[in-house]
Amino acid sequence: MSALTGSTGREGRRSILPWLAVPALLFFVGFALVPLVGVFALSFTTWDGIGTIHPSGLTSWRAVLTNPGLPHALWVTFLVMAVSWAVQTPASILLGTFLAGRQRYRAVLSLIYFVPLLLSSAAIAVAYRALLDPNFGLGAGLGFEWLSKDWLGRPWLAFGVVVFVVSWQFVPFHSLIYQGGVQQIPQSLYEAAQLDGAGQIRQFFSITLPQLKYTIITSSTLMVIGSLTFFDLIFVLTEGGPGDATRVLALDMYKRGFQAELMGPASAIAVILVLMGLAIALLLRRLGGRDAGESQLEGA
Amino acid sequence: MTTTLTKPQPQKTTPRERGHRPGATAHRRNWLGGLAGWLWLAVVVVPLYWILITSLKARSNYYASNPLAPPTDPTLDNYELVLESDFISYFWNSVVVTAGAVVPAVAVSFMAAYAIVRGWRMRFLRVVNGMFLMGLAIPLQATAIPVYLIIIKLQLYDSLLALILPSIAFAIPLSVLILANFIRDVPKELFDSMRVDGATEWGTLWRLAAPLTRPAILTVTIFNALTIWNGFLLPLILTQSPSQRTLPLALWTFQGEYGVNVPALLAAVVLTTLPLIILYAFGRRQLLSGLTAGFSR
Repeated sequence: MSALTGSTGREGRRSILPWLAVPALLFFVGFALVPLVGVFALSFTTWDGIGTIHPSGLTSWRAVLTNPGLPHALWVTFLVMAVSWAVQTPASILLGTFLAGRQRYRAVLSLIYFVPLLLSSAAIAVAYRALLDPNFGLGAGLGFEWLSKDWLGRPWLAFGVVVFVVSWQFVPFHSLIYQGGVQQIPQSLYEAAQLDGAGQIRQFFSITLPQLKYTIITSSTLMVIGSLTFFDLIFVLTEGGPGDATRVLALDMYKRGFQAELMGPASAIAVILVLMGLAIALLLRRLGGRDAGESQLEGA
Repeated sequence: MTTTLTKPQPQKTTPRERGHRPGATAHRRNWLGGLAGWLWLAVVVVPLYWILITSLKARSNYYASNPLAPPTDPTLDNYELVLESDFISYFWNSVVVTAGAVVPAVAVSFMAAYAIVRGWRMRFLRVVNGMFLMGLAIPLQATAIPVYLIIIKLQLYDSLLALILPSIAFAIPLSVLILANFIRDVPKELFDSMRVDGATEWGTLWRLAAPLTRPAILTVTIFNALTIWNGFLLPLILTQSPSQRTLPLALWTFQGEYGVNVPALLAAVVLTTLPLIILYAFGRRQLLSGLTAGFSR
C-alpha cells in the first residue's frame, strides 16, 4: 500500500485517486479474483462440499478428462454458443438498424421489444415449459399438429428450443447495442454513397456493416461469454435433458459439484469454462484490433 | 466518439438528424428492417400475451379454451393463490438482496471509474482497470464453488448477506466500464476549473462528476438491479431454507409444487416480473439510452 500513497499527481501533490479504487478492488479481489485462483486450486483436491478438503494431485483432472461425458458437454456448449450467436447476431443487427431509423411507430415497438429483458431466466424457462407442453400447451390448444411436438423430449428439438429461448431473451439487449452503433455512423458517409448512386441494400452492406465492426466485437464478446453461463435457463427448462442433449458445461459443473458432491472434478470443469472464456475474449480482441475506442471515425 | 447523453435528447429537427437515412424518406422505407421488426415483434408478443391471459384464466377454463383466446371470465384467483404462499417474504428477500447489492456496487464502481479516468497516468490504476476488464472476459459463474467455500468459511451460508457480497463483486466490471465511458465525456475544462477553485478530488467527484453523469448512474443502477433481481445460481447454491429464498428460486420450487396448475404458475411469473415492469416504465428512456452509450463505442 505504501506504493499507493506515494503516487503523485501531475502537480506533485499527493493524490487520493488510487484510494478511490480500493473499495471496488477489495470486493472484486475477495469475491471474484480469489475464487478464480481458488477454483484452480480446488481442481487438484478431493472434496464433497461439506467435509474436509484433501489435496489429491491430478485425480480430479484425470476423472474429468477420461470421462466420456466431457467431449459431449464441450460439444453441446460450443454448439449452443455458435448457433445462438449465428441466430442472434444477424437478427440483432437488422433490428438495431431498423430501430435506429425514423419510423414513427418505433417508440411503441421499442417499448415492447425490451420486455423479455425484464424477465428472469427462471421465469422464462417456467413459462416456455408450460407453453411447449405437448398435451396442454399452445400447439395442442390451437390444434396445430406441427406445434404440439414433444419439444423438450427429443434431443434435437430440445436443443432448438434452448437456442430459440436464449434468442428470445437476449436479442432485445443486443439490438439495443447495435442501435447505438448505427446511430454513431457519420451521416456524411451515407450522403456520399447516395451521390454515388448506392441503394439502400448496398449502403447497408458497404457502409453500415463495416462501420459496425467494433460494435459487433463488443456484442459478440458479451454474447459468447454470456453463453458460457447459460445455467439457470437450461437448468429449469430441460435439466440438461433429454438424456444429456442440453447438458452444457456450466450445468455439468453444478450437477457434479452440488448434486453428486464431487467438488474436485466440478472445479476442473469450471477451470475449463474460465479458459474458454478467456481464449474467446482474447481471440475477439485480436479480430477487433487494439482499441475499440478509435472506431468509427475514419471518413467522418 | 462524442456521445453526450447527459440527458435523453428527444427531437432535434435538422434533416441530418442521427438515424435519418437520406434514402429513408416517407415513401422509401427500409423494407428489410421493417419486415424483421414486425416479425420479431410477433415472436416477442405472442408468448407474453399468452402468459398474461393464461394467468387470468380459471383452471377449468385453461383446459377447455383456445389458448390464445382471452379468458371468458377473467379471475384473479391464481394471483390470490400465489400471494397466499410465502410469496411476500420471497419478494422482500429479493428487495433486500437487490437494494443491498446495487447501492454499494454502484457507489464503489463510480469511485473506481472516476479514479481510472482521472488518474490514468498512474500505473496502479491502469492495472486495476485491466483487472476489471479481464473480469468481463470470464464467466464469473465458474467461480461458484470457491465462492460457496468462502461463504461457508465466513459462516454466512443460508443468509441474504451471502448473496449480496458476491453480487457486488460480479457487478463491478461492467459498471466501471460504463461509468468510465461517461465520466470521460465530462469536458476537461470543468475539472480544471474545479481544481482552480481549490476543490479536492473527493469534492469534485461528488459535486461535479456525479451530477453530470447522473443518467449513467441511473442506467447502471437499473441494469444491475435487473441482473441481481433475476439471479438464480447464487441463491441456489448459497441458501437452502425457504426463509432465505428469493423470487427466481421460488419460481422454480413453484414449478414443482403447482405442477400442472399452469395458470397459477404463470401468475407467479407475472408477479415476479411486475416490480421490474414498473421500474422499466419509469426508467426506460434512461436505461435504453444509457446502455446504448455504454456499449456502442
